Amino acid sequence: MGEKKRIELDYSKIESDRMRLNVGPQHPSTHGVLRLEVELDGEIVTEVVPHIGYLHRCFEKHAEKMTYPQVIPYIDRMDYVTSMNNELPYVMAVEKMLGIKVPEKVEYIRVIMCELNRIASHQIAVATFGLDAGAFTPFLYFFRDREYILAIFEKASGARLLFNYFWIGGLSADVHPTFKEDVLAIVKQVRKTNKEIEDLLIYNKIFIERTANVGILPADVAINYACSGPVLRGSGVKFDLRKNEPYSIYDRFDFDIPVGMGEVGTVGDSWDRNIVRMREMEQSCRIIEQAVAQMPDEGDVQEKLPKRIKPPKGDIYMRAENPKGDLGFYIVSNGTDKPERVKARGTSFVNLSVLPEISKGYMFADLILILGSIDIVLGEVDR
Amino acid sequence: MIEYIKNVWLGFWTVIVGMRITLAHLFEKKVTVQYPDDRYPIPPNARNKLYLDPTLCNGCTSCERICPVNCIKVETLRVVPDDPERPMIADGSKRKLWVPVYDIDFAKCCFCGLCTTVCPTFAIKHTVEFEYSTYSRDELYVRFSDMSPEKIIEKKKMLDEFQAKEKAAKAEAARKAAEEKSKTDAKAETSPVTESKESN
Amino acid sequence: METINFVYNLIPDQFIAIIVICTIPLIFLIVYALLAILGELKISAWIQERLGPMRTGPWGILQPIAEVVKLIQKEDLTPDTANKPLFNLAPFIIFMGAYASFAVIPFSRYFIPSDINIGLFYIFAVGSIAVIGIVMGGWASNNKYSLLGAMRSVAQIISYEIPGAMAILSVAVLASSLNLEKINIAQEGGIWNWFVFGGQGSWDKLWVVPFTLILSLIYLISSLAETNRTPFDIPEGESELVAGYHTEYSGMKFAMFFFAEYANMFVVAAVLTITFFGGWNSPFGNFMQGPGWDVFWFVGKSFFFVIVQIWLRWTLPRLRVDQLMYVGWKVLLPFSFICFLFISLFRMIN
Ligand code: SF4
Ligand code: SF4
Repeated sequence: MGEKKRIELDYSKIESDRMRLNVGPQHPSTHGVLRLEVELDGEIVTEVVPHIGYLHRCFEKHAEKMTYPQVIPYIDRMDYVTSMNNELPYVMAVEKMLGIKVPEKVEYIRVIMCELNRIASHQIAVATFGLDAGAFTPFLYFFRDREYILAIFEKASGARLLFNYFWIGGLSADVHPTFKEDVLAIVKQVRKTNKEIEDLLIYNKIFIERTANVGILPADVAINYACSGPVLRGSGVKFDLRKNEPYSIYDRFDFDIPVGMGEVGTVGDSWDRNIVRMREMEQSCRIIEQAVAQMPDEGDVQEKLPKRIKPPKGDIYMRAENPKGDLGFYIVSNGTDKPERVKARGTSFVNLSVLPEISKGYMFADLILILGSIDIVLGEVDR
Repeated sequence: MIEYIKNVWLGFWTVIVGMRITLAHLFEKKVTVQYPDDRYPIPPNARNKLYLDPTLCNGCTSCERICPVNCIKVETLRVVPDDPERPMIADGSKRKLWVPVYDIDFAKCCFCGLCTTVCPTFAIKHTVEFEYSTYSRDELYVRFSDMSPEKIIEKKKMLDEFQAKEKAAKAEAARKAAEEKSKTDAKAETSPVTESKESN
Repeated sequence: METINFVYNLIPDQFIAIIVICTIPLIFLIVYALLAILGELKISAWIQERLGPMRTGPWGILQPIAEVVKLIQKEDLTPDTANKPLFNLAPFIIFMGAYASFAVIPFSRYFIPSDINIGLFYIFAVGSIAVIGIVMGGWASNNKYSLLGAMRSVAQIISYEIPGAMAILSVAVLASSLNLEKINIAQEGGIWNWFVFGGQGSWDKLWVVPFTLILSLIYLISSLAETNRTPFDIPEGESELVAGYHTEYSGMKFAMFFFAEYANMFVVAAVLTITFFGGWNSPFGNFMQGPGWDVFWFVGKSFFFVIVQIWLRWTLPRLRVDQLMYVGWKVLLPFSFICFLFISLFRMIN
């Protein structure tokens, strides 16, 4: 309800004591173990310095010692709420190096799983964003639905979070017989909950006031910082790898790319980033419905592969649209069964880099919301 | 002014809308599962605690090699050809290796399921059991081998004797060969005495 | 002999009676707090499609007792760099502020601990003591989060007292009294005579009904701010300030904060009941009216408003500090002034 949101202060005129505050690594809303060194002038943020690395697990070094299939469990643990999506670019890259094409059914299952996982990830993003704003109830509604999605993953892959489901050349196991019905039931449930959450949280006046015009990320800044995913699209840039560089079988589906339009505030504010996620869930539902309709029932889920996967010498960069943005893997092969180097372009890591830029001049409470709207997972930031 | 009234009204109205939704949920069916009493169904292919059927394991160590976190430790002993027990693997094929040590450290295991897929005899499997928290990490180190210490010692002795015999035979043969100045059986090498893999 | 007489004279005649009158609200408060904690746990759970506590006692009804036992057992930590006397005193001051209000709350026409003429004013005065406790706690903790929380809290409580007071003042105008008993008596005779519907009077009171309705709402909103409940729980907003001014407290001292919050919730609900919703009066006129029913109606209505506060908490996100000020100064205050003006005019004309 305040008309003027961005508080510009001429610090040369105002003499006041700044306070340095350590937010995290143990703080309820840093979404993991992130430490923010914040300089406050009263309640107004003058400087933010993110300190990362508390969750560093040497993924890239590990990958050098592993055979190609062994790397996949480590990739799961990068962004642990979107494991399916993490695996996809990696397996696609290795498949491309090996020059194999996976069966049709596998492609469909991969797309369905990825989109389900995208919904699950966005649910967490919106839920925790609401939690940052102080709304606890939508959080649990989303988690209830996410639980149904995880149940499907568990039935298919055997694990609830770290699936190791996409394998080079196929899948680790076929889906269960009732897969299609289960997925369609989920889609229905997701739509119902999203409708409810829109009334309960998204269009709530208090929530709009909290998030609109907060943390404005102009499109050019977003591009300069190489942001991707909903953070980029929230700034009004229509860029989605699924449409712009279709991989897998995404060119067969009809879906839109939601972008932030500044409906309640300025283009690129926290509310826009959030609503992009909400609308992407709907688009994912559409993709899932089409994929389920087209998916062949019969078929193998694993391409014949040599016992030892030895891609030829060379390198490859493969990227895919993760729920959080553009996740890429650069793999250098030296001809053995172990990669020479696996470099991951972490989505959250890149998106996090924009935080100091967009959070200056806002209130401390806004900083938390801006961080929430960027939606980072520290597992991927630190790797 | 109109904007102001609109904002105030919106603020009021959306609160009412939200309260209506939460009120409706107040009377809805609850989704909580009272965990230890009744449970969420676990699919049979769930990847939880591992179980090894020692009668099936042929000691090929594929699982040990594929494990990304090196939490499986397998040691094998060669079976002597004239073992009186006529060892068989449960699937009917002949046992070539005893498995005196087969340990899994569940504190390390990441339940990726790779070991179960490479096992040629389906000896190692995931079970649906997931409640095995313990008070100490040592209890998570599970030894699966079904061989008693006495049996291991016995088999070791048998193998040692057999190998000694073999060595003697070989030495004899070598001597003979040396005498006859012909190099024929240089390649008839036997595999190492005890294959012991360390888990780096 | 002289001194003994002196001491004896200090003890009033109805010593026992005074003790009883002092303890009855305390006992009530403890029972109520346990019930309210259970209500909070269960209502929040049901709203979120959970079951809430189920293990302690049948349907988890012993959970609040378990929580209290847990808090008592916990180690009572005092940070090394804290200002110890202030740190230890703060929770008691906050609780005192809440408990002192009970001195004038009329549970029934036969149980008014202290029937003073300026009851409404008194409640407002002692309610402000909590601010001192919060600042003491926040500052003495020597924690930046606590300090921020305390700063916010003071600004918040002081600004929301004004619209709240305006709302109450209108009732005082309508009832021509600050005495809580008189206010209650002025609302006798059914739901239509409550001050939320303009109080007793002929049909021309319809002119003030919209204003009294708005004022009751304004009081409800500002009372939420005064008790630091969502959407105004900014001083302790856990996503920003961890736990605000009571971040450093643990054990029994934390329980005191907790207890005071629930006590405050009841006080504001009770004030709302007394001033706008008929206090001990039955909504059906003379039906179900009597000393026993008095307590029932009063406590029942207050509980209802406590539940409304809980319900709101689990529905809404929280505001930001500047927006909170905006709502207080630019929305509630003008509205309450306008309503107050009209009601006073109406009173003058009549
Ligand atoms: S499940 Fe994975 S981590 Fe566990 S023992 Fe098997 S291969 Fe190793
Ligand atoms: S892969 Fe199977 S048979 Fe081979 S050692 Fe492991 S459990 Fe035994």
